[in-house]
Amino acid sequence: MSHSRLFARLLLQQTGARHCYTASRQNLYITKDTKVICQGFTGKQGTFHSQQSLDYGSKLVGGVSPGKGGKTHLGKPVFNSVKEAKEGTGADATVIYVPPPFAGAAIIEAIDAGIPLVVCITEGIPQQDMVRVKHRLLRQGTTRLIGPNCPGVINPGECKIGIMPGHIHKKGRIGIVSRSGTLTYEAVHQTTQVGLGQSLCIGIGGDPFNGTNFIDCLEVFLQDPKTEGIILIGEIGGNAEENAAEYLKQHNSGANSKPVVSFIAGLTAPPGRRMGHAGAIIAGGKGGAKEKIEALQSAGVVVSMSPAQLGSTIFKEFEKRKML
Amino acid sequence: MAASMASQAAARGLRTATSKHILLDKPKYTWLSPRRWLNLQEYQSKKLMQESGVAVQRFYVADTASEALEAAKRLNAKEIVLKAQILAGGRGKGVFDSGLKGGVHLTKDPAVVGELANKMLGFNLTTKQTPKDGVKVKTVMVAEALDITRETYFAILMDRACNGPVMVGSPQGGMDIEEVAASSPELIFKEVIDIFKGVQDDQALRMAANLGFKGPLQRQAADQIKRLYDLFLKVDATQVEVNPLGETPQGQVVCFDAKISFDDNAEFRQKDVFAMDDMTESDPTEMEAAKWDLKYIGLDGNIACFVNGAGLAMATCDIIDLHGGKPANFLDLGGGVKERQVYEAFKLLTADPKFTISPSVPVPRHEGSTTITDSHVQC
Repeated sequence: MSHSRLFARLLLQQTGARHCYTASRQNLYITKDTKVICQGFTGKQGTFHSQQSLDYGSKLVGGVSPGKGGKTHLGKPVFNSVKEAKEGTGADATVIYVPPPFAGAAIIEAIDAGIPLVVCITEGIPQQDMVRVKHRLLRQGTTRLIGPNCPGVINPGECKIGIMPGHIHKKGRIGIVSRSGTLTYEAVHQTTQVGLGQSLCIGIGGDPFNGTNFIDCLEVFLQDPKTEGIILIGEIGGNAEENAAEYLKQHNSGANSKPVVSFIAGLTAPPGRRMGHAGAIIAGGKGGAKEKIEALQSAGVVVSMSPAQLGSTIFKEFEKRKML
Repeated sequence: MAASMASQAAARGLRTATSKHILLDKPKYTWLSPRRWLNLQEYQSKKLMQESGVAVQRFYVADTASEALEAAKRLNAKEIVLKAQILAGGRGKGVFDSGLKGGVHLTKDPAVVGELANKMLGFNLTTKQTPKDGVKVKTVMVAEALDITRETYFAILMDRACNGPVMVGSPQGGMDIEEVAASSPELIFKEVIDIFKGVQDDQALRMAANLGFKGPLQRQAADQIKRLYDLFLKVDATQVEVNPLGETPQGQVVCFDAKISFDDNAEFRQKDVFAMDDMTESDPTEMEAAKWDLKYIGLDGNIACFVNGAGLAMATCDIIDLHGGKPANFLDLGGGVKERQVYEAFKLLTADPKFTISPSVPVPRHEGSTTITDSHVQC
């Protein structure tokens, strides 16, 4: 990740381009060398998931817990601020397990400290807070945010940043991007079972205002030689899937196109109700599953009607294209 | 002339009472539909607006007929509008089980207000949007009736495509905005607001002009627009929709009705607003679930669902339907659910008589989420 980041920065300097948020897309591709800190390190969630992360083999190098700087937790140093943690550890990424009232500020702190990748797990951040965060995010290109309200990102066997169960993942060929957490694990489990495995799995989360969308991830997957197939898991609410379909039409057509399989949750959801996720709502007649499915199909995506058939469907696509 | 003015005013009174929630056709702005998660009565929304200096008709609230009479006298208005306070729409054309027709009435005589209130309070009002037995009316609003010479539409919402707040307006208010969007899209105006800078003077004035307000009214409307935006931020609204934002013959700009949608995620810092939540017209199971922080939505099938994760919960309902069954509910327990919540959720589901199939049947749990849930169960 460090090489592509450096390259991206050099490119920006050379071309004199304005800082643009899309420049930070490459930061999504975590590796075994990614150094991670944890904000909310000593809290209940932070402690539990940091231990899991260490057990998985991720390079967790420390954490932030204001007021507890100088202490040690899980054998790693605790710092009072993200800036101090970055200086003390050289961290490339941070994962945030901070409760909703303070999570927005925690993200901003990480942006201010110039951390290349911020993964915010927290569910329940007020939309206004995230609008402010997004305003900052879009006007810079150093920091990439994933989430909030997401399970995180994992490069199987190399680095796990988030709450996903590591043991169901297997290093492999499929890039997975999803708005849902537990529904993603179904896709992961199935692709592991059919032997294809995953190259990179990114949970972009269920909030209406978030840091990374489908297109950000699709670009990374399309440019990654290790990612040979893509699974996209969407749900009702907003336009992200339609935008993704448009992007795929432009960038994933023709002879060199990679197979894309999708499932869209919420075909049976009643309109006007918020289905768990803040962003999962069919509003004003827009954001329904049917339209998303049609848009994706028109872009050559194979849409599965059942969440239980994602692995088998992409396996069939690989068979058809003689990629097995 | 007087008669037609009166009937116009009556029609307007009815229209303000029954103002539909508008659905915009254009894909650019996603409107939220009327089923609110947080339920506020009209008088509560108007009180919030008043507190932000937004111009609304002067009003009082009454729980008894004598209070209503007193309020009508105190108003000292040329004409009074009496409105039953229920959450459901269609009040104007509703019927009380006292025999009184119409949940909204106009009169010049305070005594009549008292008489009518007597036939509203404590009785059930049935409208197209209520259950068939109607809803009990516990409160009425006694407001100064104002004539409207012109109706405009104005809304502020958090828009995903614009990454933040957007103002949308049309000089064609008081009617179905979706029709306006479809037939005359050039009459829909928008301004994207910078969340840190707020509404700029030129934006407010431009929107006011686009809404058709001229001369001193333009300044007044611009001021109202800014105040509505302040309210939008103050209460963590996801949408504030004013229809109509009207002009009176006396040269006032008044918000005749507003629907406010609130961000549930902001409840921790909007305790006053959420304390006003009137759940008496909600489904009792959904009320009970909300008590335990469970994300539950009742559906009409007989296969109960009990799931960790919103996407998976939706997918569970989908897969049941795919195989010819009917889900009875959506239930997202979340990844961090505690033991007590799991117990209460199970109690909720098993208490419902419509479940003929064991709720444990389609309960997709993932190993991963179970691990996480189990560990939190110990907390």
